[in-house]
Amino acid sequence: MRRRVLPGFGLSLGFTVTYLGLIVLLPLAALAWKASEIGLAGLPRLLSSPRTLAAFKLSFGGALLAASINVVVGLMVTWALVRYRFPGRRILDALIDLPFALPTAVAGIALTAIYAPNGWLGHWLVPLGIQVAYAPLGVLVAMVFVGFPFVVRTLQPVLLSLERDVEDAAESLGASRLQTFVKVVLPTLLPTLLTGFALALARAVGEYGSVIFIAGNIPLRSEIAPLLIVQRLDEFDYATAAALGVVMLTFSLVLLLLISMLQRWTRRWAEQSA
Amino acid sequence: MKARRGGRPVGIARRLGRASIIVASCAFLCLFLVVPLASVFVEAFRQGTHAFVESIDQPEAMAAIRLTLLVAAITVPLNVVFGVAAAWAMTRFTFRGKALLGALIDLPLSVSPVVSGLLYVLMFGAQGWFGPWLLAHGVKIIFAVPGLVLATIFITLPFVARELIPLMQAQGSEEEEVARVLGASGLQTFFRVTLPNIRWALLYGVLLCNARAMGEFGAVSVVSGHIRGLTTTMPLEVEMRYNEYNYVGAFAIASLLALLALLTLAVKSALEWRYQAAENH
Repeated sequence: MRRRVLPGFGLSLGFTVTYLGLIVLLPLAALAWKASEIGLAGLPRLLSSPRTLAAFKLSFGGALLAASINVVVGLMVTWALVRYRFPGRRILDALIDLPFALPTAVAGIALTAIYAPNGWLGHWLVPLGIQVAYAPLGVLVAMVFVGFPFVVRTLQPVLLSLERDVEDAAESLGASRLQTFVKVVLPTLLPTLLTGFALALARAVGEYGSVIFIAGNIPLRSEIAPLLIVQRLDEFDYATAAALGVVMLTFSLVLLLLISMLQRWTRRWAEQSA
Repeated sequence: MKARRGGRPVGIARRLGRASIIVASCAFLCLFLVVPLASVFVEAFRQGTHAFVESIDQPEAMAAIRLTLLVAAITVPLNVVFGVAAAWAMTRFTFRGKALLGALIDLPLSVSPVVSGLLYVLMFGAQGWFGPWLLAHGVKIIFAVPGLVLATIFITLPFVARELIPLMQAQGSEEEEVARVLGASGLQTFFRVTLPNIRWALLYGVLLCNARAMGEFGAVSVVSGHIRGLTTTMPLEVEMRYNEYNYVGAFAIASLLALLALLTLAVKSALEWRYQAAENH
């Protein structure tokens, strides 16, 4: 190994590992320890209760749908921000990060106020039979809100660096704009779109603050999985809370692994096409 | 602009397509971002300025603001030190297990806030790992300020490190090595060479870390116990007032948090524009 010219290896690595050990690893060990009281044997019984099953279905199903919506809308918005010039573009660009910066509880009560039956949008939608607040649709709206910046911010640098020569070549060879988009642009963006999808999904599945206000939290209908953990903790049923926590954490870890694989794929993809 | 690249005229169909993409994008952003943001301020002032001021000028609101500032004042410096140390170790040296360390730093980003809070309840709660010992020694962590601080540290741990690592990786260590060879001490090298190079990214990281530390809800709501005046931060005070149907009061506190978010976005954009301008020179 190369002789180290720079100092502080032992100090910086030692501090980093100790800090991570105390703040992240030790609490994770406590989770594993408490969850083992229920064990793998108890897990199926726990998950098969109709209420738990409904909550997990809503959390995972809602997050999948929200991430899909975010990919489609996010691609359109990023395209507009990167390729076109129009008044207010920079302000809208800065506002994309609002869901990152706005505390989730604030987003939650604001969305509820808008979509409640007497709210700005609610009093138009409810007479049409579209109930957003206190219904599963509200959960979806909140999940789209929190996941949106992930898709745009993942996509933006890639779309900015995309060479337009290829598109010009396709068009000069007689391809229509739509054909060029579907056959030339979309395949190049695919790994990035998938990364954005996974990031938005990870965020939406675990989201709590912005969802619980608008959801109304009706058992079997609009109750999300993180809320179940809060309920078990309120009853001091730590073991069940821990087991539910392990299920959610496992899903996050699998997604994290998938995201890092996707990002490696994106880099290889970029190198190949360069 | 009539002609595009290559002098080809822009067809009516293409211009229509472009316009509809712009209009649809603006409509979505207005509906999903601008309207919720505006509604926070409208609801806060629904009963006039007087009601707004009155609902903030109250002991419990002041206690919540003080607690929020306290939690951020402890959390942000700790995570800055961690972020700098982690970035230094990750980008200036090669060692085994680096990828794993990187994954661990990113981990809190993908954990549900509720699960993050749960981790600390299972460590320090009444039936937790250290619960009986803490009880015997009269130390309170869960349902007290230390729990709020710990949960917030966990949630905001990656923010500074994530801004610094890619930048320091890209910058490389040549300048620092030269400083060392020319006889600068380790500390001199860090303060005179490294710090000036990373200051904007560091500021950016501090900004994001602070915004999240002041606004975190899920994780702190699990460990707080909602004791008014003692363990309720601003977001928790928003929740409690909202659940008591005190809407003006809830939105008044929420509007302060929304202002913080807007300020964060403004400084962030200013930093980005400055950075882009510097890059284009």
